[in-house]
Amino acid sequence: MACMLEAPLRISVLSEVTATSRHYVDRLFDPDPQKVLQGVIDMKNAVIGNNKQKANLIVLGAVPRLLYLLQQPTSSLELRTECAVVLGSLAMGTENNIKSLVDCHIIPALLQGLLCQDLKFIEACLRCLRTVFISPVTPVQLLFTDPTVIPHLMSLLSRSQRTQEYITQIFSHCCKTPEHQMILYNHGAIQNIAPLLMSPSYKVQMQALKCFSVLAYENTQVSMTLVNVLVDGELLTQVFVKMMQRDRPIEMQLTAAKCLTYMCRAGAIRTDDTCIIMKTLPCLVRMCSKERLLEERVEGAETLAYLMEPDVELQRIASITDHLVAMLADYFKYPSSVSAIADIKRLDHDLKHAHELRQAAFKLYASLGANDEDIRKKITETENMMDRIVSGLSESSIKVRLAAVRCLHSLSRSVQQLRTSFHDHAVWKPLMKNAPDEVLVMASSTLCNLLLEFSPSKEPILESGVVELLCSLTQSDSPALRVNGIWALMNMAFQADQKVKVEIVRALGTEQLFRLLSDPDANVLMKTLGLLRNLLSTRPHIDQIMSSHGKQIMQAVTLILEGEHGIEVKEQTLCILGNIADGHTAKELIMTNDDMLQKIKSYMGHSNVKLQLAATFCVSNLIWNEEDGEEDAATAHKGDDTGGNPVARGSQERQDKLREMGFVDILHKLTQASDPNLCDRAKTAMQQYLA
Amino acid sequence: MAELGAGSLQVGDPALNYQERELNERLKRLYPAVNEEETPLPRSWSPKDKYSYIGLSQNNLRVHYKGHGKNHKDAASVRATHPIPAACGIYYFEVKIVSKGRDGYMGIGLSAQGVNMNRLPGWDKHSYGYHGDDGHSFCSSGTGQPYGPTFTTGDVIGCCVNLINNTCFYTKNGHSLGVAFTDLPPNLYPTVGLQTPGEIVDANFGQQPFVFDIEDYMSEWRAKIHGMIARFPIGERLGEWQAVLQSMVSSYLVHHGYCATAMAFARATETKIQEDQSSIKNRQRIQKLVLAGRVGEAIDATQQLYPGLLEHNPNLLFMLKCRQFVEMVNGTDSEVRCFSTRSPKSQDSYPGSPSLSPRHGATNPHLHSTATDSPTCSNGVTSKNKSHSKYPGISSSSSSSPSSPSSIVYSESNSTDSTKSQPHSSASNQETSDGWRRGENIVPPSLLQKHCSGFSADSEMEIEAEHYTNGVADSSSARIMNGTYKHEEILQTDNHSLDESDQPRQLCGGNQAATERMIQFGRELQALSEQLCREYGKNPTHKKMLQDAFSLLAYADPWNCPVGQQLDPMQRESVCSALNSAILELQNLPRQPPLMLALGQAHECVQLMARVRAGSCSFARLESFLH
Repeated sequence: MACMLEAPLRISVLSEVTATSRHYVDRLFDPDPQKVLQGVIDMKNAVIGNNKQKANLIVLGAVPRLLYLLQQPTSSLELRTECAVVLGSLAMGTENNIKSLVDCHIIPALLQGLLCQDLKFIEACLRCLRTVFISPVTPVQLLFTDPTVIPHLMSLLSRSQRTQEYITQIFSHCCKTPEHQMILYNHGAIQNIAPLLMSPSYKVQMQALKCFSVLAYENTQVSMTLVNVLVDGELLTQVFVKMMQRDRPIEMQLTAAKCLTYMCRAGAIRTDDTCIIMKTLPCLVRMCSKERLLEERVEGAETLAYLMEPDVELQRIASITDHLVAMLADYFKYPSSVSAIADIKRLDHDLKHAHELRQAAFKLYASLGANDEDIRKKITETENMMDRIVSGLSESSIKVRLAAVRCLHSLSRSVQQLRTSFHDHAVWKPLMKNAPDEVLVMASSTLCNLLLEFSPSKEPILESGVVELLCSLTQSDSPALRVNGIWALMNMAFQADQKVKVEIVRALGTEQLFRLLSDPDANVLMKTLGLLRNLLSTRPHIDQIMSSHGKQIMQAVTLILEGEHGIEVKEQTLCILGNIADGHTAKELIMTNDDMLQKIKSYMGHSNVKLQLAATFCVSNLIWNEEDGEEDAATAHKGDDTGGNPVARGSQERQDKLREMGFVDILHKLTQASDPNLCDRAKTAMQQYLA
Repeated sequence: MAELGAGSLQVGDPALNYQERELNERLKRLYPAVNEEETPLPRSWSPKDKYSYIGLSQNNLRVHYKGHGKNHKDAASVRATHPIPAACGIYYFEVKIVSKGRDGYMGIGLSAQGVNMNRLPGWDKHSYGYHGDDGHSFCSSGTGQPYGPTFTTGDVIGCCVNLINNTCFYTKNGHSLGVAFTDLPPNLYPTVGLQTPGEIVDANFGQQPFVFDIEDYMSEWRAKIHGMIARFPIGERLGEWQAVLQSMVSSYLVHHGYCATAMAFARATETKIQEDQSSIKNRQRIQKLVLAGRVGEAIDATQQLYPGLLEHNPNLLFMLKCRQFVEMVNGTDSEVRCFSTRSPKSQDSYPGSPSLSPRHGATNPHLHSTATDSPTCSNGVTSKNKSHSKYPGISSSSSSSPSSPSSIVYSESNSTDSTKSQPHSSASNQETSDGWRRGENIVPPSLLQKHCSGFSADSEMEIEAEHYTNGVADSSSARIMNGTYKHEEILQTDNHSLDESDQPRQLCGGNQAATERMIQFGRELQALSEQLCREYGKNPTHKKMLQDAFSLLAYADPWNCPVGQQLDPMQRESVCSALNSAILELQNLPRQPPLMLALGQAHECVQLMARVRAGSCSFARLESFLH
């Protein structure tokens, strides 16, 4: 009452508000419990829908007092319930409110309250907990800190429709990681929640459905269990199919489709199952239609992209369903010119969703075109498609850029698109820009495709200094980026002219090259060897590179052949040796290295045919008679001052040396080999001796 | 080959019947709003409406090409037997490509009557098609638009016409391909066209289950239309509408004499009832008498309560008297009943409740004519429906004591006599006696729930409906209470009475004195007829009525004779409703409850929609709103 008297003394309106608020708080401290109760009830009525009032009360410290009253065993049940209701109301306000409540340790207090027997009180606590937990500012971990909480919540599921709604809503918002999924799963979430799908309350049904979607996401164990669950004698998948019926609310259709999608991707349902092909897929396509809300279209497209990503048949069906490819083009028309004029609210709404729509469309295009050439063609023929990708690549939103690169990457698997539209639209330009790692991985992967031999984009990309960029990628900490960098370089070196090769070697530097040869990532090593092999092709290139870097290369090769590596790596290395053996002068680097010759010899007798083949190929190059080889190498020989004769003599010498070392015997043995390829190659090599 | 053909023909017959039945069932389920007498559905290709290069087989469902197929001039089409009725709302058929023949130049689609058949569908005005060779759609034009995938041998192509928004989409192997045509004209026929030798296609107009889930698509549109109706904007007129609805409900209750419910409703909605309460109760009492077959008492009560009414309505009086005669034959009218040593059997148990609750449905022949002021339609009870289960008869159990003055044991009563001593006291009796009460309870709950949102008397009515005790009035008048009885008991009684009905029923309850009284009454009736004839001229209706009634005496077993239907208690309803309407008219009240008028009008509107080709009528059916 004192506060009320003070009020007129204060001048500002704001203080007046604070004063009345203070009055509410003061009443919580009244010694008469009946008055406290009335105070709480009045407070409840005062805060409903009044965010300012809520903030004031929080600032004035109402929360700790309310929590105290709520926890006090001497408080009447009615008072405790009203306290929970007021706290729930405060939580409905702004995010700041939620933060303050969480800071006051409201969650453990309310969870403690759930142990009470009174249903009304439990419901009030759950309602408040629900509101707190669905806020993005609340750390979901708080639900899982006390291991007794989840089982208790499960047991409360049977109490009433409200407890069902609130608890399932809490679960679906707090289940964020595989660990959370397993905690809920291990406490019987599936058995407890499945019957709720048949609840007469739509809200309960929906929250239960959402629970299943978060539980099944990328979780094989949960998904495998779900397919065998019966609800009222009906398989859960059939229940989900029914929920996708076209007269059901959109939200329900979409969420049910998500459940089935996740179960399918987790391997619990085959992609050729009718419920996927005939129900889930068409349902998701419908969600992409113009009639749906923007949020629904985003979710629909993302889910559909996820569903069909690994399956070409689903991609084919989706591509003919309801003009999906054309339908997606509409995703790029927001905010539309109409909305800007029509009303500002709509514009705001459109703007908010425009990025999401674009990235979802790119993702779906990427998924659609992942495997089928015809679909890719259909996509690139969509109005302004390439321009949209190009502008998407340089958008400020990382999400959109990433999706656009994914889309581009998917389309770049098409030889035809590489030759035509990609060239016309200079899609590679924005790819070269600086970007965060996640985008770079995709971008560099796309560059790999664009740098393939037949791609007309190859030349302009080279001219724009891509070599430096790729070389810098090979120094990245991310293995994925290193692989893509070296891979792109490898593609670039394939059948490239001398200038390019020299440029690559120069920019990369032999030191970096050898560092990559000892890379812990096997993929990087393989691509590096591939690069080496591409660099060391055609005789003049081989000789030139070997003359400047021969020593290091031979060292590296020795190192790899001696090291613990897989068959592929060794095979690739032997192939490099084979290439070296094809060079004129480079040959000598092997011939003069007895140790290396011994190694080759031992690989010829290796148990793996591939390695035998590669080693034999190398030997075959070493003993090759010049007369045959002369012609193809003739043009390249012009500048060679070693002249013809010494080389001719060389072949005889090499043959003799190798015979002495016992190669002929091995070759002879290999002509009897069971593998026809190996047998042929050995025979060809033997002919060189006979000639 | 011939043998094989003969053999397949033989086994084909029952299979055909089966297919026919399945077709009928499917079409009925898919297109319930279509009146096939007015607008038949396509069931096969027309052998008359085709180009000569088209051959038909397998009950005109299989189409094959038999021309040269050199170029587009050899194209040939066939139309279905009938155009697609607008009342389908959504129409769908499928075509299976049995063989793509030489080039697979097949077109599937729609065309109007009279479009050139020497063409593929889609090439001409009012013709639309989707072609297999290029996957293009042809919209009344020789050049196609890229539309969908190509199709070939083994594919099933579906064509769906949406008559609500006049669009069309196709399906391939059960996958929707998206909208192909918009702004379609009405009255299109399913059409296929072929162009090269060897092309064969089979149609499915519903003979087999469809590959595409068309019913799911329909359910979406049904939900859309229902949503549209539910969300129909009424803006400022909300209050106005509520008042109209309340008065409709109230007048309906009053009309049928659900007095207590009407009062409760009026209290809760704070509305007024035009007629005064005692008048409602009087009408209710008279109706119950008629429905119990005690027409003589009803006439007495009417004359006492509404003097002059019957005098001014000689036709009505004659109708009542005729009925009274019939009830005498039946042994139910009190004038013969007082002679009877045993109570009449189940023949007088009224199968419906005395509540007069109308049943709604297209099968109701009265409903349509509601607006046309027919005297028979006011209570709209389905006349042929003898279901005992929906509104169980008020069969009071056999416990009614002989001393009980229980006034209105009209319905059932296998109680041995009791009626003899029964004073004709109903007029002065309390309305709360058990028959009344229960009569009032059986208000069709759907109607109330539907139209009284915001009306809070539900609980009151539920209480009324749920407890079956005889109520306060009974106990105060020291009668023996029937006690609370359960549903099973009612059902048992029903069964019991059915059993009894197997025993031979006797004229006038088998009592000699009663038979004499009946014959005497017959003479009086004859005299009345002659008198009316003198005063008002000949009346064929009267003559027919009289003839029918007297004919009953010509048969040894009147209940099983050509005119025996008259004895069906159900026949009391029309008389009852005519009397009720006459009383209401006397008080300057409408002879029809406005609710029934509105219902009839809505029904007519939906039918009109079908005729003016508003496809949404298919999903705006009255039946889906009345439960």
